[in-house]
Amino acid sequence: MYVADSRAGTTAAASAEGAARPRAGRRRAAVAPTVLALGTVSLITDVSSEMVTAVLPLYLVAGLGLSPLGFGLLDGIYNGFSALVRLVGGHFADRGGGRHKWVAGFGYGLSAACKPLLLMAQTLTPIGLILAADRTGKGLRTAPRDALISLSSTPETRGRAFGVHRAMDTAGALLGPLVAFLILRATVDGYDAVFTVSFCVAVVGVLVLVLFVPGSAGRHGGAEQQGSGASRAHGRALHGTAAGPAVGPEDVTDGDPRSATTAADATDATDATRSHDAAAHATNGDAAARATGGNATRPVEASTAPAATLRAALALLAQPHLRQLTLCALLLGLATVSDSFVYLLLQRRLGVADRWFALLPVGTAAAFLVLAVPLGRLADRVGRWRVFLAGHGALLLAYGVLLSSWHGTALPYAVLLLHGGFYAATDGVLMAAASDSVPEELRSSGLALVQTGQALARFVCSLGFGAAWTAWGDRTALTASTVALAVCALFALSLRPITPEGLA
Amino acid sequence: MTLRTRILVLISALVVLAGVATASVLHASARADRRNQTQPGGPRITAGTVALTGDSGRMIFRNMAWGPHRDELTTVPASDPAGPRTASDVKCLRFYAASGTGVCLQAVHGAVQDTYRAVVLDAHLHETAHYDVPGIPSRARVSPSGRYAAWTAFVGGDSYAGTNFSTRAAIVDTRTGKLTPSLEAYRVVKDGRPHRAADVNFWGVTFAADDRTFYATLATKGKTYLVRGDLRTRTVTTLRTNVECPSLSPDGTRIAFKKRVKGLPKDAPWHLYVLDLRTMRETPLAEPRSVDDQAVWRDDHTLVYALPGDYGADLYTVPSDGTGKPRRISTAAVSPAYVN
Repeated sequence: MYVADSRAGTTAAASAEGAARPRAGRRRAAVAPTVLALGTVSLITDVSSEMVTAVLPLYLVAGLGLSPLGFGLLDGIYNGFSALVRLVGGHFADRGGGRHKWVAGFGYGLSAACKPLLLMAQTLTPIGLILAADRTGKGLRTAPRDALISLSSTPETRGRAFGVHRAMDTAGALLGPLVAFLILRATVDGYDAVFTVSFCVAVVGVLVLVLFVPGSAGRHGGAEQQGSGASRAHGRALHGTAAGPAVGPEDVTDGDPRSATTAADATDATDATRSHDAAAHATNGDAAARATGGNATRPVEASTAPAATLRAALALLAQPHLRQLTLCALLLGLATVSDSFVYLLLQRRLGVADRWFALLPVGTAAAFLVLAVPLGRLADRVGRWRVFLAGHGALLLAYGVLLSSWHGTALPYAVLLLHGGFYAATDGVLMAAASDSVPEELRSSGLALVQTGQALARFVCSLGFGAAWTAWGDRTALTASTVALAVCALFALSLRPITPEGLA
Repeated sequence: MTLRTRILVLISALVVLAGVATASVLHASARADRRNQTQPGGPRITAGTVALTGDSGRMIFRNMAWGPHRDELTTVPASDPAGPRTASDVKCLRFYAASGTGVCLQAVHGAVQDTYRAVVLDAHLHETAHYDVPGIPSRARVSPSGRYAAWTAFVGGDSYAGTNFSTRAAIVDTRTGKLTPSLEAYRVVKDGRPHRAADVNFWGVTFAADDRTFYATLATKGKTYLVRGDLRTRTVTTLRTNVECPSLSPDGTRIAFKKRVKGLPKDAPWHLYVLDLRTMRETPLAEPRSVDDQAVWRDDHTLVYALPGDYGADLYTVPSDGTGKPRRISTAAVSPAYVN
């Protein structure tokens, strides 16, 4: 198998951080410390944000005595806005190079700062504005964070890296409400305590990011996506340099014969990040030429690494693989019914008792948590594209179950398992797949582009599904979505976007 | 920074933040203790028996005054609403009663999360049935005969920073136990035509004396409507726009409601009005503040409603014909029902 071969051949340089501190008995190509650090940041941040989410309706109705109904109107605006902010975050993270950490940090910090503000707001309008700021923070940080994950792991283990990150993220989302309700239990109307604790937790998240996530991943010539195994090996070598200096000098002393060179490269690259000057690219280009034997399937992009401009980000779509991937994500997104509709259908079709309604998202999250890592690993082994499509197969199956007249007590569990499985097979896996074809200096923008496309497609689907439900009823609307999803999946299957390396 | 320094920085920050977090929780739980202590100057409250029938002219409500009887159903003579209170030991978030039937919307404290239920009470406040409520309860009503009970809950907050709320209004026949968990199951006739939409929301049911007709708020496509419902044909028909939380007068001729008035702040947009069902003319009431409550008719000429107060909510009264001035009748009280 190709993957196994390439791993065997490039162990030493496989992952800067994975290889930086080899331990006895540790599996090769385990998840990089950066990924674990980012996962920890996400876990902590999700505890913080889900604490607030869990008590917000209660706070508005019981604490402030407000009717939160008018609030829903703002929701759509937030969603569209958040998708655009994501592009901005991605762009800023790429510009000037190595800014991923700081843009992400700004996003995390902004969200953290919103928590104590909630204490002061007493009416809907300021609360709405604070939540908008919180979402802006989330939008800003997502793409740079995913870029950091992909930049700090090897192409072969990216699926797993994203799986680990998503699992940690979801664990936080599950813990958050628990913490919030424990606090409310210990107090009476302890919303102020919930917001204060949420703030403290968010600050810890920001601190872990600032202290333990290396700052200068990326900005290395963009040779990684070149069309040969050798160039991928080179890409990995560059990765080695990418995270090396940030982890600290003591971390790159593992006797790897390459570390000297990579350290030198890193210095070059770091110096070059500020100015994009041609000499730096030349250095990296030379390195690429050395490593690949001059083989470059896309000579234009190989010789001049794209500058991180908006135009360059959009130009990424000229690349067949990314274009196909984005197109498929868009199409499949257009047929993906939003979560709240799924839960409503589940309740109506399968007669889930009212009191369990609030727990349905927990079921999806639990399945996501359990399946994220195994499916991420599977994606690395059998191909991300396959797992991504299989995830949509699971969703299709869930729709089928919802449509069938078969009723049983196990059915809601099956649907939630499939729904969580769908997220586990698509959320991080798509990012891993997209990473394969986005050059490093545009990683953040490229991932943001795919995410935004998918988010907007899902938003459009939500509107369409709502309209179809209105016009034809829930059953017909779901049937239409199922057919649409099947057609999109077949189309995606026929496209079969192959990563340049033939990996996925 | 070396790894050692970074870990030291993190640990010291953790200590400080854990201190702040602990202090805030302790502060809030100390406040909880304070709330269990009677405040000087508050209403006098004694434990006792509270019944929904028998005694003439009483007001029953959720007592919000701090002390051991906080949140319990409490009664005062209707003629002396600020007088000494008798507490019942039954805790409710929202309450209503008529003709010896009460409905009490309660929180059920679970290990992981609070859930809610609607408890149907007999004249002695004993539970006769209970039903799951899918979210935070907001409105409760019982039909004048005591046969039907209705309640509304807010459902929402499922996802990250989710701000999309919806409401569910349920009606139960207390005689047969037959529950309609959501009025969305009813046929909607809007402007004379059948209307089907996913975004339909109902809240604020109020019953007529015939045990067949009810009124409620219907929201769809960003507009609110007053609907008249029929329990037998399971149909609701729109009558008018911009009517929320209707409350039918005892003689069945008028509806008090909150109306969204242009030019008011978005979070406090409602003024109280009374609509004459025969002429369809509406009269603004003399309450200048925004009222977010389903008003209660004390008699055919007087309305009672809650406004935010120092201990959660206070009860106010205003004449139903648009004259006079609002008057506070009771502090630390919400969800009143008048029983004879």
